Amino acid sequence: MRTLLQQVQHSGEFAIEADDLVKDFGDKRAVDGVSLRVPTGTIYGILGPNGAGKTTTLRMLLGIIDPSLGTRTLLGHGRPLDAAAEVGYLPEERGLYPAMTCREAIAFMGALRGLPIKEGRRRATEMLGERGLADWTNKPIRTLSKGMAQTVQLLGTLVHHPRLIVLDEPFSGLDAINQEKLEALIRQQADNGATIIFSTHVIAHAERLCERIAIIAAGKVAFEGAVDEARSRLRPIVHLRTRSNDGSWRAALPPDARQTGSDWTFELPSSGPEPLLRALIDGGAGIETLSIERPGLHDAFVAIAGESAAREMNGEQPE
Amino acid sequence: MTARHLISSAFVIGRRDFTATVFSKSFLFFLLGPLFPLLVGILFGGIGASVANDAERPLVAVLAPSADYARLQIAHDQVAKAVDGSIIRLQHVAPKSDLATQRKALLEARETPARAVLESPFGSPRLTGSIQPDGSIAGQVQLILAQARADSAPALAVTRIETEGRTTASERVLVARAGQALLFLLTLLLAGMLLSQLIEEKSNKVIEVLAAAVPVDAIFLGKLFAMLAMSLLGITVWASAAVAGIALLLPGAPGSLPEPALGWPAFAALCAIYFAMSYLLIGSAFLGIGAQASTVRQVQTLSMPITMAQVVIFAIASAAAGNLNGTTGLIAAVFPLSSPFAMVARAAESDAWWPHLLALAWQLLWVALILRLAARFFRRSVLKSGPAGRPWFRRRSAAAV
Repeated sequence: MRTLLQQVQHSGEFAIEADDLVKDFGDKRAVDGVSLRVPTGTIYGILGPNGAGKTTTLRMLLGIIDPSLGTRTLLGHGRPLDAAAEVGYLPEERGLYPAMTCREAIAFMGALRGLPIKEGRRRATEMLGERGLADWTNKPIRTLSKGMAQTVQLLGTLVHHPRLIVLDEPFSGLDAINQEKLEALIRQQADNGATIIFSTHVIAHAERLCERIAIIAAGKVAFEGAVDEARSRLRPIVHLRTRSNDGSWRAALPPDARQTGSDWTFELPSSGPEPLLRALIDGGAGIETLSIERPGLHDAFVAIAGESAAREMNGEQPE
Repeated sequence: MTARHLISSAFVIGRRDFTATVFSKSFLFFLLGPLFPLLVGILFGGIGASVANDAERPLVAVLAPSADYARLQIAHDQVAKAVDGSIIRLQHVAPKSDLATQRKALLEARETPARAVLESPFGSPRLTGSIQPDGSIAGQVQLILAQARADSAPALAVTRIETEGRTTASERVLVARAGQALLFLLTLLLAGMLLSQLIEEKSNKVIEVLAAAVPVDAIFLGKLFAMLAMSLLGITVWASAAVAGIALLLPGAPGSLPEPALGWPAFAALCAIYFAMSYLLIGSAFLGIGAQASTVRQVQTLSMPITMAQVVIFAIASAAAGNLNGTTGLIAAVFPLSSPFAMVARAAESDAWWPHLLALAWQLLWVALILRLAARFFRRSVLKSGPAGRPWFRRRSAAAV
């Protein structure tokens, strides 16, 4: 039994804590020992290809399904539904009642989280108006396009001003403009102090938004930590163009350096850029251009989760 | 999760379901549906009864002066009122010179021929027609003539007193069976709707939003009570229409019904309460079973065996009527699903109150238990992703393939 003090301390530091979560569906293990720590007030991404166990992990964290093994706390509550009033959730499979008007749908979702229905209606009208969608207020959901309905559901997820926002593949089904708008909205919610966790199989979104990430592949956490930490697992890449084709300077290059004409690409040696530059200059390489590129999250993902998972993330068939 | 949170969550779900149902166009058809056969029945029944009544009452033509016929008609009405039933009809025909021809014409008329012709009622009465001398028509004419002649007899003094225990036990069994049948019919019609109550949420994927915000128990509870409220609204409309119809078309009919042991107001109140209990008990089981189905087709497949099970439950409860304290009666009262039906029979036949309080507590306990089990079953078998999400009733057939 967690004491109240423990809960307060815990919820102050981490919005979500999960330890060794396991979920079995019959003989299939969908999630295998997932552990996460989502610091309060951060934007946290769960990355992984389709079928990696991202949605199942989120559903366990939210209490929609119980884990076969392991424990989780949500805003300090051991039973996630006890925190329901402070949580907003946008599921991967969007769902609204088609006959409801936009305002009623938003207010209903707030009411499910404990917001009085009248206040929900007021806020719904306000939220739609702020986004230039006042015309939608009394439109039934069934008359909206898929993207419009998704916007309404997102507003319903936020109407009760949740402290923790859980978004499952929030960018799927949105065009580029709406993806940008959603990114801005997520940043705005984070600026207002909310903790945001979202799953995605598009690395670029996570790279732009997240401070911390978890990379899940085949039901297991392959990496959990800051985005910079993931990148720092790889050495920076040096792109070099020389006027000279040969000379003593070539001894300064690592053995796996790749050559294309007078262009060279290789990992920055562990000794750093200064000894490399000195050796190139002293050896008469005749440096035409030299750039040191920091690895992207995609490169880190490939290094951590493997080529196969990366191809799946890109929508390619695994070998 | 506190009880307050559970109830408030259930209220949110229930309010949505209730308003979505009641403020839909189809609800009007739901309300009017049972009234159509009732109206048609009353209309055609009334016309048919009226036609049959007139057609079945034999016509006796009276060849007599107007004054004599008037006396005879007064006597006819007095006799008809006294026997509280239908008697022969009289038709006045002014006598002409050729009585034989006139009599023949009346008896052989193409439209509405007279069964008999009465002549000279207050002189030497003579009745002619294809009738038996000691038959019903001759007897009724004799009675009317006697009444017409005896109109100067002293009025009969009548003293009215109230009596206790007018209703016999056998009459109360009839009330018990009628109450059970009504309860069964309403439960059969209305609780069946709960089978498909989660189809909308499952097909629209709203279930995920609901399950992430409120306990599954609250979803079940909200849906159950929303549909109960909708059913009670429907019953109120139908009952009001029935009362209005009876008051208009059959005045005085309710007074002739045998009184239940607990009296009409208490019996009606208990019927309403036991309907609610029966609805909650059977409905919670239906909700749990129907929640396993993903499509309307699956619900239709489920509805037949469930209806048969309801009929069996009704049969058990029906056997208890008239045998309340026998083994069957006690089993029917204790078995949760048949208990409301059995207790309605008890309300008609016995004036004891305590068994009802006990039964209601028992039934409520089972409602809570069934709801809890159904919600747990739903969570385990349906509310999850992955390959094991096949409904229980499809697993065996799939395994057999």
